[in-house]
Amino acid sequence: MSKTNLLDRRRVVGHLLAERGDAIVVGGLGASTYDIAAAGDHDRNFYLWGAMGGAVMIGLGLALAQPKLPVVVITGDGEMLMGIGSLATVGLQKPANLTIVVLDNEVYGETGGQASHTAATADLVGVARACGIADARAIATMSDIEAYAPGMQDVSSGPRFASIKIDSANLERVLSSRDGQFTVTRIRGALGFGPI
Amino acid sequence: MHARTEAISETAPSWPKDIFAILQHFDVRQVPYVPDAGHSQLIERVLGASSMRAVPLTTEEEGVALLAGAWAGGQRGVLLMQSSGVGNCVNMLSLTQIFRFPFLTLVTMRGEWGEFNPWQVPMGSSTAGVFELSGIKVLRASYPEEVREVVEAAAGQAYNACTPTAVLLSQRLIGAKVFTK
Repeated sequence: MSKTNLLDRRRVVGHLLAERGDAIVVGGLGASTYDIAAAGDHDRNFYLWGAMGGAVMIGLGLALAQPKLPVVVITGDGEMLMGIGSLATVGLQKPANLTIVVLDNEVYGETGGQASHTAATADLVGVARACGIADARAIATMSDIEAYAPGMQDVSSGPRFASIKIDSANLERVLSSRDGQFTVTRIRGALGFGPI
Repeated sequence: MHARTEAISETAPSWPKDIFAILQHFDVRQVPYVPDAGHSQLIERVLGASSMRAVPLTTEEEGVALLAGAWAGGQRGVLLMQSSGVGNCVNMLSLTQIFRFPFLTLVTMRGEWGEFNPWQVPMGSSTAGVFELSGIKVLRASYPEEVREVVEAAAGQAYNACTPTAVLLSQRLIGAKVFTK
């Protein structure tokens, strides 16, 4: 069911990635990966179709390996909750080039819309800040999204965490490649790394 | 940082030093870990190495995902954990097949060879089986003099042939944990 005044996830991601530059973008399984695909396929897109709870850690591994490149993780509230400890790990490592964006619709949309913990009690921004991610904020308007996007390019002031409450309406799936070897090989190629 | 490595006792076993040298040889850059007493000397060396990034984890599965990201970004890594952490990794181990990335983990064993704590036994008993069911090759070292060749072989097949590999460092090698009041 749609709530009024909540942001449209495709518009949010479209704006966040419109001027992505050299950024590597990791999408959590499910709708976040569809959103990233909808914004346009890219050889630096890291699509996940599983590994629930792993999106932030994949982003951290990339961010530590490529400290001069912006790395952006875009995932959902359920995926973030499953890997909630990874915020503590990021807080400790403090990768200055990593941005974590949670598209929070307060439900498990892929499985029938069951309520997630963020619908009632869990405050992801508070968790991120308490884990040592000083730049942790909630974003509620498209103008704030537009103002936030350029900062993701700054590889010296992260890590950053943003929670964006979005409309829970299920949108048409935009299917990315689900071939993990293809995805990783393509990213490695874009970064100048060959096969083994 | 060097003070850490100098602090390692002269009476400490030499096999952790052998492992560290192998990791350096294979240009391992990211070393996620959940601490274990059996890994303590190696962790100290990693923390003191400018070429390596030690990444303490809250749970072991984080390390599998981290290494997948590291590989996509052009770096090799190794996951250090205890046998009880292997069960925490199961779904994330899918990534070794999905990405076919060079996965190496070094696992200190509990729940065997004179174990005092019964809570360690179930997971310690199923560690090798869990890896094998997950498509990970399992090698084991039980004596100090074989650690070098076992870890060399494991690193070689993991990094050169993208064969995901776990090395089980036996409790016989590490010594059973002594619980005293």
